Amino acid sequence: MTDSYTRFANGGFKPLVKKLGLPQPAILRRYKAGSPLTVGPVLVVSDDASAADGDAVAKVLAGWDLDVRRSADLAEGEKLGAVVLVLSGATHPEDVSAAVLTVGGTLRKLAGNGRVVAVSRAPEDGDAPALAATRAGVEGLVRSLGKELRGGSTANGVQLTDGAAVDSVSAVATLRFFLSAKSAYVDGQILPVGPSDASGQIDWDQPLAGKVAVVTGAARGIGAAIARTMARDGAKVVVVDVPPAGEALSAVANSVNGVALQLDVTADDAADKILAAAKPLGGLDILVHNAGITRDKLLANMKADRWDSVIAVNLASQLRINERLLEAGVEGLRIVSLASTSGIAGNKGQTNYGYSKAGVIGHTAATAPLVAAAGGTANAVAPGFIETEMTARIPFATRSVARMLPSLAQGGEPVDIAEAICFLASDPAAGVNGRTLRVCGQHLVGK
Amino acid sequence: MASSIPTTREAVIIGGNRIPFSRAGKKYVRTSNQDMFTAALEGLVARFGLQGELLGEVVGGAVLKNSRNFNLIRESVLGSSLAPATPAYDLQQACGTGLEAAIAVTNKIKLGQIESAVAGGTDTISDAPIAVGDNLRRALLQASHARSTGDRIKALLPVLGHPKWLAPETPDTGEPRTGLSMGEHQALTTAKWGISREAQDEIALKSHQNLHRAWEEGFFDDLVTPFRGLSRDDNVRGDTSAEKLAKLKPVFGKSLTGDDGAPLPATMTAGNSTPLTDGASAVLFSSRDWAEERDLPVLAKFVDAETAGVDFVHGHEGLLMAPAAAVPRLLTRNGLTLEDIDFFEIHEAFASTVLTTLAAWEDEDYCRDELGLPGAFGKVDRSRLNVNGSSLAAGHPFAATGGRIVATAAKLVHAKAAETGSPARALISVCAAGGLGVTALVESA
Repeated sequence: MTDSYTRFANGGFKPLVKKLGLPQPAILRRYKAGSPLTVGPVLVVSDDASAADGDAVAKVLAGWDLDVRRSADLAEGEKLGAVVLVLSGATHPEDVSAAVLTVGGTLRKLAGNGRVVAVSRAPEDGDAPALAATRAGVEGLVRSLGKELRGGSTANGVQLTDGAAVDSVSAVATLRFFLSAKSAYVDGQILPVGPSDASGQIDWDQPLAGKVAVVTGAARGIGAAIARTMARDGAKVVVVDVPPAGEALSAVANSVNGVALQLDVTADDAADKILAAAKPLGGLDILVHNAGITRDKLLANMKADRWDSVIAVNLASQLRINERLLEAGVEGLRIVSLASTSGIAGNKGQTNYGYSKAGVIGHTAATAPLVAAAGGTANAVAPGFIETEMTARIPFATRSVARMLPSLAQGGEPVDIAEAICFLASDPAAGVNGRTLRVCGQHLVGK
Repeated sequence: MASSIPTTREAVIIGGNRIPFSRAGKKYVRTSNQDMFTAALEGLVARFGLQGELLGEVVGGAVLKNSRNFNLIRESVLGSSLAPATPAYDLQQACGTGLEAAIAVTNKIKLGQIESAVAGGTDTISDAPIAVGDNLRRALLQASHARSTGDRIKALLPVLGHPKWLAPETPDTGEPRTGLSMGEHQALTTAKWGISREAQDEIALKSHQNLHRAWEEGFFDDLVTPFRGLSRDDNVRGDTSAEKLAKLKPVFGKSLTGDDGAPLPATMTAGNSTPLTDGASAVLFSSRDWAEERDLPVLAKFVDAETAGVDFVHGHEGLLMAPAAAVPRLLTRNGLTLEDIDFFEIHEAFASTVLTTLAAWEDEDYCRDELGLPGAFGKVDRSRLNVNGSSLAAGHPFAATGGRIVATAAKLVHAKAAETGSPARALISVCAAGGLGVTALVESA
């Protein structure tokens, strides 16, 4: 549900809100099956050194039946749905100015819920200083542009690593995710994408068809949304939550034609129970570590049980389960863990939670090469302020401020987290590994 | 296996689900039998991913029913996530309802008439029917058949003259033929067998301790789905003690006398008798093929069953003693003795029901004269008795008890067989009103 201020600011008071200089959160466009990928034509802009890559990107976009433009000249009143800025071939900071300024010239013609996506290369060891600067600079550009865009539009970046081609499967899938309504609450983010073996026909409507996914903490909130979105994308889902949450859990399971597993993820045999539950459906393909708790206290007042229970549920359980799954040799396992912006930017009263969530980002990076050996990936998603039962308990004033802080000036929906997770768990995203993707509407602080 | 059992295919137990049992008048006050059974079904569907599945049959019932519950199980199926084409019917055999439903569906599976089924039951004291007296009921029926307003008024006039007719009839658990409550009946049997208060309290204490331990160990994590904010049976008291139980005042058998006319001690209390309870349970059965095709776990086989009745009306036998007769027939037919049983699941209608049954099997004269056995049937190893608690602790929503026990027994034998590598067996025994006993044999698969 859109929060009440966003409804107010988009209702009859819209002109007043604008005049008073109040925050103007937009109604974000979210994914609906069958609706167009973008809200209008897509302009592809590249610097001279990236012309071939620009053509390759344009060709991919045309293959999706998008109205692809290579020139910024628009008809009177015409609006762009998205701008893709291809800088992957640039080698010197001075090379990119023409392309960047061209994009700047189009921003007033970008429709609401429009998209700007930069495609560039990650700085790598051994880069000449100028090349490193050229590549690193894109991140600062994207993050700043995210803060300038209005009307629910976002700026994000596909950052190619390890020589991945601009039209390689994972690069294309990431570009598509950023262009689409599925990334509604992802803003100002750079996602590194490597080469992948993923191939074959991609079913963009059912990217998880035939997969078996296990989602922990799925009785309500973000977990339930993940389960529903996974099922929408074609996965068979095992939903997991602690036994006392069983009533809500079984309702979620029955709503997605899935299986309910009442399990405390901190149990020693949790991984084996998860494997056993996934077996009748065809065996585990995707594991989403979503179960998490908060036990907020200032560190000065922190008791052992509050610290320990948060670490046990949010972090240690994930480590234990991953370790066991690696032992069991699950092929092609896709792990997505829930981190948090609290683990990136920190949050007063959440030393325990912040530790656990930063820990998740850490173990995700370390687990990535281990699962990659068996064709899998491990990634994390870091939600910002999301409208859930849990955050509804935050005092009104604090909650209202939390909503206004991100560039998108509103809280996200559980489905926004779910979309990012489904993308990371999909076959075409195989080249994204060890990363933490923030879904925070571009939270004010933190990288 | 004795050769007298015709060869049929196996019926297996895949798993079960129940809602936590709740003492009457507490958590499920505004909850109907249909709500509860539907919830038990929905939890089962969720546990095994049966959404949209066309099952062979769903069978169950309730002992206390409102008249609108005439097609209770079918209505519950229609309100569930199962395929609406799944057939269903109601069955009722007092407290034996749940287990008899299991017998009914497994027999169909064994015969190849169906591949899969759910058996279970539900009961509520909190939403029990309240009927009007026969006089008022007749007047109302006559009025409803009347053709004119005049006739209608004429039919209803006598009600005005008899305000007492308006008093409702509350449900009664007394035996229709004797007028005695079940507790008073059991008090007679308890006295006949000389069962002590201490022995009964010990059974009750063990029941609470065992059930509490099983909950703590997570035994019910895949057998129970929370309902209406309740996530555990609310009758179980892990902290009860022999001292606390000993303090309770007797409630049944307070005016019994011995052969010499001297008063007998009353031994049955609220602590060693089951409380009135609300709840529902459901168990998933199938052929082995059906389970294997779906890669569903097979916990146990539902091997065989036996029911019995006794003549309690003329005082020859105790109301709840029929299982004592059924079990020897069941085990003998299967070539087994009490020593071959790893788990005894004997429904605790009252602690003394369990004890009088065990005493009967140990009594040479009784076994010879009443059961036609050559001698004493045998002794039940107490360490194998209701190891994860029974009705005294869990409560006893009449028709739901059978499903609770079958699922528990199946999980117990499965775990034991996995641990020891050899087959494990459970004997289930449920006594019921009307002098009935329903028993079954479950073996690890």
